[in-house]
This record gives sequence, structure tokens and C-alpha cells, in this order.
Amino acid sequence: MSESAIDRVAAATPAGVARRIRGLSDRAIAWLFVAPAIFLLLAVNIFPLIWTIRLSFTNYAANRPNREVEWVGLRNYERILTDADTWANMQTTAHFLVWTLFFQVLIGFTLAWLINRKFRGNDLATTLIVMPMMLSPAVVGNFWTFLYQPQIGLINYAVEFVTGIPASSFSMLGPGGWARWAIVIVDTWMWTPFVMLICLAGLRSIPDSIYEAAEIDRASKWRQFWTITIPLVLPFLMLAVLFRGIENFKMFDLVVLLTGGGPGDETLLASIDLKREAFEKWRTGHSSAYAIILFVTVFGLASIYVKALNKLKER
Amino acid sequence: MKRAHMASVAALSLAAAFASSAAQAENLTLCWAAWDPANALVELSKDFEKQSGHKMSFEFVPWPNFADRMLNELNSGGKLCDLMIGDSQWIGGSAENGHYVKLNDFFDANGIKMSDFVPATVTGYSEWPKNTPNYWALPAFGDVVGWTYRKDWFERPEIQADFKAKYGRDLVAPQTFAELKDIAQFFQGREIDGKTVYGASIYTERGSEGITMGVMDVLYSFGFKYENPDKPYDMQGFVNSPGAVAGLEFYKSLYDCCVAPGTSNTYMGEGIDAYKSGQVALQMNFAFTWPGFEVDPNVGGGRTGYLVNPAGPGGERFAQLGGQGISVVAYSDKQAAALEYIKWFAQPEVQAKWWSMGGFSCLRAVVEDPAFPTSQPYAQTFLDSMAVVKDFWAEPSYATLLQASQKRFHDYVVAGNGTAQEALDGLIADWTEVFEDDGKM
Repeated sequence: MSESAIDRVAAATPAGVARRIRGLSDRAIAWLFVAPAIFLLLAVNIFPLIWTIRLSFTNYAANRPNREVEWVGLRNYERILTDADTWANMQTTAHFLVWTLFFQVLIGFTLAWLINRKFRGNDLATTLIVMPMMLSPAVVGNFWTFLYQPQIGLINYAVEFVTGIPASSFSMLGPGGWARWAIVIVDTWMWTPFVMLICLAGLRSIPDSIYEAAEIDRASKWRQFWTITIPLVLPFLMLAVLFRGIENFKMFDLVVLLTGGGPGDETLLASIDLKREAFEKWRTGHSSAYAIILFVTVFGLASIYVKALNKLKER
Repeated sequence: MKRAHMASVAALSLAAAFASSAAQAENLTLCWAAWDPANALVELSKDFEKQSGHKMSFEFVPWPNFADRMLNELNSGGKLCDLMIGDSQWIGGSAENGHYVKLNDFFDANGIKMSDFVPATVTGYSEWPKNTPNYWALPAFGDVVGWTYRKDWFERPEIQADFKAKYGRDLVAPQTFAELKDIAQFFQGREIDGKTVYGASIYTERGSEGITMGVMDVLYSFGFKYENPDKPYDMQGFVNSPGAVAGLEFYKSLYDCCVAPGTSNTYMGEGIDAYKSGQVALQMNFAFTWPGFEVDPNVGGGRTGYLVNPAGPGGERFAQLGGQGISVVAYSDKQAAALEYIKWFAQPEVQAKWWSMGGFSCLRAVVEDPAFPTSQPYAQTFLDSMAVVKDFWAEPSYATLLQASQKRFHDYVVAGNGTAQEALDGLIADWTEVFEDDGKM
């Protein structure tokens, strides 16, 4: 009988080690295997989180190592929560979040629905549609800056062509109230394909037999859409909204490249403000409190959302 | 035994020789911003490599990320940089937090005298606390905000005639901000060589320091002061004086009337592009950009004029200081070799070569040389500008102070929110909070 690999390893294990391992329970061996992962989790996630919470109650500034660190209690939290600018940035973030999600779901689902129908060039169309999400945000930010440029940008010329408003008379990224919408447009352009792909997966997971049964029952296409397609795709759609919601709450790179948070504070998202507080103003204690507030907000909203998602799946 | 002794001596000698050569041949890293002068310094430093045997490496970061990247490096006690050409406003924080090596003893031991350098650069780049003989850097690169204008356009008879007809005076380089605005308005939207051109390029950048540098450059000449000269950190009536308010209103009016469309977030690089591409008649920018214009095929060869910051309504004339000093990073393991570099760089012949390569030397022997004003078309303007400089806060909390002004100025000038008075009153509130946190008020 040939010797298996396990037999060979067992034979090669020194007697002392083998005795010790034989003495371990299954539970202990299981812990032995997961211990490295738990250690890593503690080191790179939990410890920094606890450290951040601790810093949020101090006046610590990372660029002033010689300054005495004072315990300030809840002062940082109080300052942030009573600061009108913080609330304005939160509103800007909410505006960005709500509208990007709205457009991405609407357009993403529509595209998925269209792509799901068999037609010639279906694969090519899918490839072309998903291209924006494969690009780096740095690239997207830079080329949309050019597209929005009032003198040479295609967007302004397109607006001039359609409306007759002179191209150089307005700036999408400058004053005039368009900047908030300009960043929504770019994010929608870049990330709608992601929502589309998830919706497409949902649409393709619906068995044809359900539609066939509906046909036999003489259900109209409209009724099939509302009673079959939407309910069965909804969990997928909600998952896409969760992913995009969390990502857009943290949005930084694209908006920094497009507007730098301006004009004024018009596009200053909470994440950009947080970065400025932490690494430009070096108010480490203050920014730690800010980060905790944002974390609790995202975590709280995501938890409620996940519960709703689970309930939906149970139905 | 004797043989063993001889062998030991030989081994020690060899080890000593290796140790000595290792001490001589360090690999030094110099950190600076990624811009034209940095390229000139790479060339200049080849002489140092030849003379000293040390090898020079460079870490250059684009301006918008320079402060972020390098202050992170210093704050984390990083060993990447042995030499740092840091921005003038970093000096307070870097001195107080122990990032830079204090150079007084080194200067004394090597006969380097700060009186040999242009006084404004010593105060701006080397001293902390300001106006005290505590030196943390050697003035390395003098810089100041000034203006360039299209001399070739100004000299065209038809343009001159149009201007005279409209304003009743000759079209010459502006001496006051009011004249500058007239000229910018005159050129705004004008057709020149079949192309629409605009009045001026000014700083409006939001993210780092752009709009503050631009606004301050104007505000000083309108009467803005950072604080009460007799009572430090007392800003009421100085930061928001009637003159300062008028200065900020002027900057906004210049932005509203006379810049190219879509320039709501522009700084040095965008200014250079706008000017070189023939888009604007006037351009606000730091002097470091001037050598590049002289050799540019579109605007070089006598087509560009250089201008000291114009005077404000009361005749006062100041300009925003730029530039940097070179410091030895306290966390470096190669401080001796880094100091060697500074000693070499301070030599008059090296400074003269630095100027000839496009580096703005701060050594008086160079800039007070009788041949200096005519050595480059912009040399006299540079000298005159350096005589009227003022700088932003260089306090350890400068970054927080800067972010506050960035927000207030951009919000008013570009976004058009509120009034100049509200912006400056708000700025005092922001700065007061910072100084209170620092225990200075």
C-alpha cells in the first residue's frame, strides 16, 4: 500500500511535537489556525480604532510632539457637532450621496434591463459601458476637469450647441452653483456601470419559468415587471446601493481633483474636510473625534440598512 | 605573535580605511518641491558630488502636495530627507518641534555670516523666533510674487491708441493696482492675432495656499497687517482694517472682471500655462517662473516685461514673500555630510553659479554685484521686489491659519458668498481660536 502525504508528514513530525499536538483539543487547534488572522485584525483595525477614540478626547496634534497633551473630555465632539461648517459639509455630503445613488440606480438598472435583452453587439455594449469604472479616479478627475473647462471643454460646447448659452460664459466647476451637480455627474458616469453589473446579475438570476408562468396567466409586461422583476432584483439593487453608499460617503479623490472642495466650500465633502483637519491643520485630537462621528454615522446607517436588506431576503 | 600583531594592525588599518571612506561617501537626499529651480539644483549639485565624493539623491514633490508630503515626513521623524528646502512658513513649527538642526554654531565655526545674505530672506527663511539671531536654515532660494506683462502687446501702436482713447493715458506698465485693473479690463475679451485674450491671471487655488498668496500679495499694499505691532496677536482693526477690506474687495473685483473663464482654482502652474499660451496680458506669479518665460518661444526674447507688485491706494507697496531656506533634518543620520553641503552651497562662487542657472540667490555678494541688475531682464525687478516683502504667519500653527484664510478668501472671492468685511471678521475669529488653542492669547 502506498504511503499518503499525511502519513509522510506524520512520520516526519518529531515525537515531542506530535505528542504535544495530540494533546490539543479540536477547539485549541481551531484557535491556533485563526489566531494569526485575529492578531492582524486587532493590530490593524481594532487597536487603531481604540487609539483614535482615545485621541478624540485630547488636544493632541501630530505635528507638535513637544506640546503637552491635555485631556479635553467631550470638547472636540461638542465643537464639531455645534460647528455650522461641519453641518454644511454634512449637507454637501448628503446632497452628493443622495443624488449619485438616485442617478446610479435609475440609470444602472435601466442599462441592465436593456443589456439583459439579447441583441447583436450585446457583449461589445456591455464592455463599453463598464469601461469608466475600470479607470483610475485620478484619470477620471483630470479628464473631466478638461471636459468642464469653459474655453476648451466639450461639455460647455455641447451646452452652447443645445441652448445657445455661450460656452465661456459659465463654469461647471466654478461659481454659479453648478459645481455640486458637476461632481454628481462625474461620479454617476464612473460608477453607474457597477450598479448595472449587479442589477444584471440579479436580472439573470430570475428563472425564465417564472415569466413563462406569468405569460400563461396573461399577466401584462408592466405587471410582470412590477411583480416579478423588481421584487427579485431588489435585494441585488439594495446591495449595490449599500456598496455605493459607503463608498460615496468616503468620496475623496475624485472631488479633490475636480474642485478641491470649492468654490468656497460648495463641494467640501465631510471626508475632504476631515483630511484637512487631520493632515493639513494637524488637529489630530479634533480630527479623531470627527472620524469617530463619521464612523458611527456610516456604521449606524449601514446596520439599519443591512437589517432591512435581511428582512427583504426573508420575505 | 609578532606576525599576529602585524596582522591585527593591518586589519585595523583596513577597517579604518573603509570606515573613513564610508564616512566620506554618504548618499545624501535633498527634499524640495518639483519645479524648475529644483532641476537647476540637480545640475549645480554635481559640482558638490565631484568635490566631496558624496552622492546626491533628490526627492521632489509637486507644489500642491509638497507641504502635505514633507510635513508628514518631518512629523513622523522620517529619515528620507537629510536636507530639506522647506517653505518659509514651516520654520516656526520645524524649529519648535525639533525637525531642523539649529545652525548657529555651525555658521560660527565655518565663517558663514547671516549679514552676508539679503536681510528679508534671513528673517523669512532662517530665523525663529522672527527677528532673533536663531538660525534654522541657510537662505537658499529667494522668491517673491510679482507680475509679468506682455510687453509686445503693450507696444503695439493700435493697442496703445485704443488704450489712450479709452483711458486718456499711455499704456505702460502699471504702477498702482488701480492702473493694473484698468489695463486688465482693457485687455479682457480683446481680439489679438485672431484670438480672444483676457486681462489677468491671478491666484484662486482652494486646496493648498494659492488664493491666500494672491490675496495677501494685494492686501499688504492696501494696509492689511497681521497684528498690532505693539501687541502681538491683537488682530482686531489690523486684519480687518478698512484698507484690508478695500484690498479684498479689489481682489474680488479683479477676479470678477478680468480673468479667463474657468479659472476658479488656479495657482502657479495654471498661471504659467495661461501666460505662455498667450491667453492673458498680465500674470501674477512668483519670480521663479521668470527664467522660464525668457526662454519660451511664445513669450520670451523681450516679449515679456517684469513688474514689482503695484502700489495700493495709499502709495504703499509690498509683496508676498516666497522662497525657502535649506535646513538639515534633525532625524538624519548623515548630518555631518548634510552640513558639508550647506557649507559648500554658501560659497559666493557657488551662489553666483546658482543665479546663472536660474536659482534666485539670496547672497548679497551676488545680488549687490554691479552687474547683477543687467544680468537678466528680470534681475532688477527681483531686487526691487525683495526689498518690499512681507510673509504669512510662520507660527507653528501656520497650516491651520493658512487653511482658515484659504476658506474665507475662496468663499468670498470665488464663490461670492458674503462681504469682504465678513470674510475678514471671520478670519480673525478663526485665527483667534487657533492662537487661543496654542495658549498665545
